[in-house]
Amino acid sequence: MVDFQVDETVDITDVVCPITFVKAKVALEELDDGQVLLIHLNDGEPVQNVPRSIKEEGHQILKLTGNEDGTYDLVVRKAGG
Amino acid sequence: MEVDYKALKDGGFMRQIQKDHFSLRLKVVGGNLTAEQFETIAAISRKYGKGTVHLTSRQGVEIPFIKLADVEAVKAELLAGGVHTGVCGPRVRTVTACQGSAICPSGCIDTHGLAVEISERYFGRQLPHKFKFGVTGCMNNCLKAEENDLGVKGGYTVAWRKEPCTLCGVCVKICREGALAQTEDGILFDEGKCNYCGRCVKSCPFDAWEGEPGYILSFGGTFGNQIAPGKAVLPILHDKEALFRVSDAALAFFDKHANASERFRVAIDRAGWDAFAREMEEAYHG
Repeated sequence: MVDFQVDETVDITDVVCPITFVKAKVALEELDDGQVLLIHLNDGEPVQNVPRSIKEEGHQILKLTGNEDGTYDLVVRKAGG
Repeated sequence: MEVDYKALKDGGFMRQIQKDHFSLRLKVVGGNLTAEQFETIAAISRKYGKGTVHLTSRQGVEIPFIKLADVEAVKAELLAGGVHTGVCGPRVRTVTACQGSAICPSGCIDTHGLAVEISERYFGRQLPHKFKFGVTGCMNNCLKAEENDLGVKGGYTVAWRKEPCTLCGVCVKICREGALAQTEDGILFDEGKCNYCGRCVKSCPFDAWEGEPGYILSFGGTFGNQIAPGKAVLPILHDKEALFRVSDAALAFFDKHANASERFRVAIDRAGWDAFAREMEEAYHG
């Protein structure tokens, strides 16, 4: 397990693909390199696609956890420049 | 002078309903053309056609309204501009491909490179009927592999490594086949459920999944007058030489068993899928 402390949180459960990824990406852009973002996302397409898109952008995924209400929390460390 | 329409058609000049006009089919491999080739095509279309082109259902380009009298001049000018004419009739047709791993994040194999190799080996080869190859990079199947007489689909044979895994949970969630389950200290992989899509490899943040690229072949697809998807008769192949041994054998089977003007599908149906599968397995094992 990787140790981390969440610096910022973004909720993308109020939007649908592909805006989910855009919203997560904008939130990441506002962070400094190495900071950690918690992304709150829905089951289905978002959880299937957003983690992979984040990886393809070069960021480090730290953890994906399922919540009891069917949503997920994805913890991402912003890639260093 | 008598016009040999068959020879014209074989060389890609498709007769139009308008007398003495042809829609000229061009050679395209894997759906790729260079900007220079486009410029040549545009110039020919303006000079000899009506300034239009038609994009065919199989990634081809046709220039309609070429006049019979201009056929030779058009051929020469195209060739000088790096553009070859296509083919029609009973032979291996345009090899189609998606963008594949060279461009697309989902791609598991280099589809365009493979399409070029297939085209160099077989394009234009005479057979009992038309024969279509198509190469798609992954399970998303943008290129519709099973619509082809011989379809190639890229996939990954995957293996999990404990050491880099942090049990983050992404792969278990991303697997659409339900092949993965997470325990307290590892990932359980049910190989029987895996469809080689490679999504676990592509999505793993820690590169704990290794994927070996492979080819899944489908045979006898036809989507014209008869509609039937191609069938897989072999396991996933990992070696390109084996792929070409199998495709050589498939074309030989077609030549041997098909009546004239009979599609590959019909020939396999009549000769029997068991017999066909046996021959493909023999070729696969070399």
